[in-house]
Amino acid sequence: MYAYDELDRTLINERVSEFRDQVKRRLSGELTEDEFKMLRLQNGVYLQLHAYMFRVAIPYGTLSSKQLRALARVGRRYDRGYGHFTTRQNIQFNWIKLAELPDALADLAEVGIHAMQTSGNNMRNVTSDQWAGVAPGEVEDPRIWSEILRQHTTLHPEFSFLPRKFKIAITASEHDRAAIKVHDIGLRLYKNAEGETGFEVLVGGGLGRTPFIGKTIKPFVHGRDILSYVEAILRVYNQYGRRDNIYKARIKILVHELGIEKFAREVDEEWKQMGDVGLTLDHSVIEEVRSRFSYPAYEKLPHMPDELKQAAHDPLFERWRRNSVFPHKVQGYSIVTLSLKPVGAPPGDATSDQMDAVADLADRYSFGEIRVGHEQNLCLPHVAKRDLPQLWKALDRIGLATPNVNLVTDIIACPGLDYCSLANARSIPIAQELTRRFANHDTAELIGRLHINISGCINACGHHHVGHIGILGVEKNGEEFYQITIGGRADEGAQMGTLIGPAIPYAEVADVIEDIVEAYLALRDRPEELFVDAVKRLGVEPFKERVYATR
Amino acid sequence: MPLVKQGRIATDLFVHVADGAELPGDGAIFVPAARFLEDPEAFLKRAGKVGVIWPNNRDLDDLVPYLGRLAAVALVFPSFRDGRAYSQARLLRERHGFDGELRATGQVLRDQFVFMLRAGFDTFEVKKDSDAEAFASTAKSYSVFYQPTGDGRLTALHRRMLLRHSESAGQ
Repeated sequence: MYAYDELDRTLINERVSEFRDQVKRRLSGELTEDEFKMLRLQNGVYLQLHAYMFRVAIPYGTLSSKQLRALARVGRRYDRGYGHFTTRQNIQFNWIKLAELPDALADLAEVGIHAMQTSGNNMRNVTSDQWAGVAPGEVEDPRIWSEILRQHTTLHPEFSFLPRKFKIAITASEHDRAAIKVHDIGLRLYKNAEGETGFEVLVGGGLGRTPFIGKTIKPFVHGRDILSYVEAILRVYNQYGRRDNIYKARIKILVHELGIEKFAREVDEEWKQMGDVGLTLDHSVIEEVRSRFSYPAYEKLPHMPDELKQAAHDPLFERWRRNSVFPHKVQGYSIVTLSLKPVGAPPGDATSDQMDAVADLADRYSFGEIRVGHEQNLCLPHVAKRDLPQLWKALDRIGLATPNVNLVTDIIACPGLDYCSLANARSIPIAQELTRRFANHDTAELIGRLHINISGCINACGHHHVGHIGILGVEKNGEEFYQITIGGRADEGAQMGTLIGPAIPYAEVADVIEDIVEAYLALRDRPEELFVDAVKRLGVEPFKERVYATR
Repeated sequence: MPLVKQGRIATDLFVHVADGAELPGDGAIFVPAARFLEDPEAFLKRAGKVGVIWPNNRDLDDLVPYLGRLAAVALVFPSFRDGRAYSQARLLRERHGFDGELRATGQVLRDQFVFMLRAGFDTFEVKKDSDAEAFASTAKSYSVFYQPTGDGRLTALHRRMLLRHSESAGQ
């Protein structure tokens, strides 16, 4: 965990005071809605279909139990008793009243949580691997660098009014759980031949209506230079990014229009001219930030404790363990994913009661720490293996032990037309129906890893392009239709899915997905061949045939 | 439109000379970039101070040769959403060492004051009277800063390092 010091706390409190004054000026009419809009967006406040929506940052997906309880309290006190975890390590509350927002922010500030720059055309929450610091084989904890970047990007005086939003993600593992290739800047931490920490820097990735996979702009930037290099990218973007058309304003369009070579030359030129402007991170500075991260005092525990051996006789426990428990870098410990995708419920939602219960379980079993991943699930990062049976029972009691992590019902979905003013179609009911169709856990296990991502409009908040199966809601003559893509992925082998054919009406989506899955089961060359690999081998044709032959 | 200079409401001594308008014989003037660049020497040899209004989509390179002889540069915020002039301001101050008056013009509102001060602006053509009156208190609304800019305010990191040194020196 990162411990805020007096300076971090002061800044957050100053931000709350400023926003309180802004809300006051809006309510008195001193600020027009147009003027206020940008200010509220910079504090994570959207106006949705029914009410204001409030998006709170969970930087690099790390939460303490105290912080999770504060989020639960906000859900209870100012909302309707629940929150929605998003694909970018944020949590959203959907029913907040404008006049109460400053109080909600003040409550969160007490535990070091803020909503700065969770929307608006600025640098958004810096995201990272939800297994940072505990994943086996990780180069080093990427949260140190995430925190350095979080501070640097917060209230940046030059880059708070960019052409469009700007998202940075960091990974330090071979397997990319942070989707860095679909971010404006993706950073892959590694050590060079000399053993020095640095980053492969990718730029111009993103989804939305014009999806791009990020391109490598520099194969290695030394850790000490990462802030100045990011600053150079931002400066080029701030000056030359398009501002004439909101749909062409992201950095991916600038990179695409200039070409990565020319863009890289512009950045290099700016970087060279920048010289030493106080952004070089010397060793002591990095260590200062590192020193404020605390790590659990792990015990020396056996790899296979008796408790686990005994519990293995219970098939239900075993199914959950096989599915939701992952190797930890320390012997005797596990990483446990808590599925927020129970059958029939909106993906990513958690009630305030569940959040409180998870906070208690984190205190008891995970050194008070919780993580949030971009798949809209939670995670307890340091669970002793001997505690797994107990934890499972407790999770099951609060509905958080659905053994479907990474399976067909572990669906990513945006709020869609049920909440969002941008949406063309509903996402949540599609997800709910699919979880019912595939509710049989044995079937889901047989199908194996399969990510379904659903977006209710072309802005792609549900990351449909990079779902193994992607579902995109569109509007046709006033009715909800859905385009289906297959073969997308968001990890280190990121690529966009391929459209299988014409859009299909709302009522047929679940049938079509079932057809695709059945086709896969018939076509895979062995049970271990994942859906996405079968699509890669076979192309979309056999799936397309299956879907459209009878329609 | 009220002018805030060095932290307080002030009288604007500069006259904005529009394209094609006749130049006053003396006194301080602001001229648009294009007109200035037609014949920079003619402006610079005038008795009064000269300032140039520089658009936010024009490269600063054309202006740099004259910076040492300009009393002021005005940068433009056509909308408060358009942040290009923040980069220009920092470049003028931090890279090109411009130490004359740096003026923010256009849609200049209270909630941008702190960012503008940090980027190097020292003079503000403020859109609303109430915002101009609130300048001094707004400028003090933040005491912690994460990024180093040319304004000399210590960053949080820097303050932490100083604290560490003083703590270890006291041991």
